Amino acid sequence: MTKDLQFDSHGLLHHFLTIEGLGRQTLLQILDTAESFVSVGEREIKKVPLLRGKTVVNLFFESSTRTRTTFEIAAKRLSADVINIDTTVSAAIKGESLLDTIRNLEAMHTDLFVVRHSKSGAAYLVAQHVPPHVRIINAGDGSHAHPTQAMLDMFTIRRYKGSFENLKVAIVGDILHSRVARSQTHALTTLGVPEVRVIAPRTLLPTAVERLGVHPYTDMRAGLEGVDVIIMLRLQRERMRGARIPSEQEFFNLYGLTADKLRLANKDAIVMHPGPMNRGLEIDSSVADGPQSVILPQVTNGIAVRMAVMAIIMGGKAKQEKSEQSSIRRRA
Amino acid sequence: MGLAIQGGRLIDPANSVDGKKDIFVSDDGFVVAVGKKPDDFEISRTIDATGKVVCPGLVDLRARMREPGLEYKATIESEARAAVTAGITTLCCPPDTDPVIDTPAMAQMIQHRAWRFELAFIHPLGALTRGLKGELLTDMEALDEAGCVGFTNALQPIKDTLVMRRAMEYAASFDLTVFLHSEDPWLHGNGCVHEGEVGTRLGLPGIPEAAETVGVARDLALIEQTGVQAHFCQLSSSRAADMVAEARSRGLLVTADVTAHHLHLTEHDIGFFNTQCHVLPPLRSSRDREALRQALKSGVASAVCSDHQPHEPDAKLAPFSDSAPGISGLETLLPLTLKLVEEKVLSLSDAIASITCQPADILGIDTGHLGIDATADICIFDPESWWSLSEEKIVSRGLNTPFLGWEFCGRVTHTLVGGQVVFESENGSKT
Repeated sequence: MTKDLQFDSHGLLHHFLTIEGLGRQTLLQILDTAESFVSVGEREIKKVPLLRGKTVVNLFFESSTRTRTTFEIAAKRLSADVINIDTTVSAAIKGESLLDTIRNLEAMHTDLFVVRHSKSGAAYLVAQHVPPHVRIINAGDGSHAHPTQAMLDMFTIRRYKGSFENLKVAIVGDILHSRVARSQTHALTTLGVPEVRVIAPRTLLPTAVERLGVHPYTDMRAGLEGVDVIIMLRLQRERMRGARIPSEQEFFNLYGLTADKLRLANKDAIVMHPGPMNRGLEIDSSVADGPQSVILPQVTNGIAVRMAVMAIIMGGKAKQEKSEQSSIRRRA
Repeated sequence: MGLAIQGGRLIDPANSVDGKKDIFVSDDGFVVAVGKKPDDFEISRTIDATGKVVCPGLVDLRARMREPGLEYKATIESEARAAVTAGITTLCCPPDTDPVIDTPAMAQMIQHRAWRFELAFIHPLGALTRGLKGELLTDMEALDEAGCVGFTNALQPIKDTLVMRRAMEYAASFDLTVFLHSEDPWLHGNGCVHEGEVGTRLGLPGIPEAAETVGVARDLALIEQTGVQAHFCQLSSSRAADMVAEARSRGLLVTADVTAHHLHLTEHDIGFFNTQCHVLPPLRSSRDREALRQALKSGVASAVCSDHQPHEPDAKLAPFSDSAPGISGLETLLPLTLKLVEEKVLSLSDAIASITCQPADILGIDTGHLGIDATADICIFDPESWWSLSEEKIVSRGLNTPFLGWEFCGRVTHTLVGGQVVFESENGSKT
């Protein structure tokens, strides 16, 4: 049971489960491939035939709107047949185990599963028990990883900042429970970002957070000083019950991103959020909708990045496609 | 008439014996002589133990048989057979069966079932509170009469400190030993791994070291107040081991054990969600593992146990936090303890003491030694035989072990219970 599970015997990406253990080249390949797919969404006929005849199953054991939708759009733009399965209508609630559900769907000759589950490690478990021709993309497992979200965030950062080498990035909010923060941290450090900060009260920071290669701050003002990228995380209201934060007001006062606090960051800093946002809890509307916000472009970029990941792990002809689409566009 | 085990290296730590000595066992199952054959002793069978170690049968402080209630995981018969294959002749079975061992009838039933198979001796531990609910005391004296060797609430916490105090006071009134899994249930929360580096990386809810130290601190205060004879089960952290050491240095009569897996694995063995490493208390840092080894060496922890928990395969085929905790450990108890000798943590004699006479002392039962008139519970193993653990070799119904593929030195060739050979390996010596 190792990270090698992500690679096939030729060293090619086979499943996409976590950023941890992937090299810089692999991450750049995903970003570059995604660049080539951006234009597909801007054409009148938004389809390429890379996954024609393939069946992609979006298997979501945890509800999601944007992630599932962007995966669906991504697969459809690659010409795959897409099935969406939601726990609310599936056998999972009737007591069928995760693996039984997978085995049944696999018997229907599925090529790729996009799996989201509320428990850390669920995507690994599935990847260990599917036959070799079936691929798995982790669309979020518990508090562990959400690698496509991290890659679309990297894509967005590169589009606005050009490169990763001189950036200071701050991730703010519920780091403890955030699979997004864990995947972002691995991606940022692998891509060469010299300083990654995490900002939260101690109750929302993992015990050994420094071991992830980040600098923890409990004072948001100090943590935002001079940063180029601010990533706000969603505060899950159910966390309130565990006495991790005293009240929403106190949290907003200390860790909510307001125009006032944003001024501590670099002037051209960008503001990101993986969604869904709690306006007035972790982010003020004036910032979320303000000129430094790139929250909506993140969603758009999600499609190209997910197309890239699917194309790469399905062994698609991503490179040919890339030369065909020579128009790599970069803003900023 | 009787059995002679000849040519072996006899290691009997309780009697400070370590040397090439023959041992003679009467037909009714007792040791009649060590060293020289008595003149009137007529040998009916000889076991050639040349090149092998002969030691007391192993005593395992904690092994779940899963019977009654969870027979789909394992049974008394299957696990007793696995035990003797591994040289274990005495086992303690915790009360968390279904129904719970909180009545004399249950305690007797388990012993009766075990006797039927004439394999290992199985001693029940009685529940400290009824149904392990942490509310009402059990009939401890009656359970003691029925054969319970100690009392424990197993992994169920006694949240109410007053109930714990009363349980200890009551046990102390009758000189009964309590076995404690000290842990603060609130700090344990929904945790499933050590709160540390690996839990942080994998996004798994953690069990902080303080869950154990807070529990040990509370229980030590109550032990001191009530004067009960107490034993701490499966210490997992360096600080908890220090606290027990400190209490012992003040003269408190507390003992402790560690599990074989905590002496060899750390949180890092979880890798990417290896559910075979899901155990309670959790595997902690390498610093903790080192401290547990030192605790065993210094005698703060005087026993190594298997904490055997066999599971059906499906129990481990789930996301980590949903998988069932526990390792099927009977068959790795001796190999992992011998590995400590290989790794120069313990001498061979001390290693054997930690799985024979020392756990027997904790239980207050007359076994784990091979003096004259002792019951002939004997383990014979070949200390030079290398083997690696594979599923086919496992006798227990539980195949859940993180040690598959590990190379071990030392293999059991014969196990005797009450003088009867209950296990003999195929390539063991001939009669």
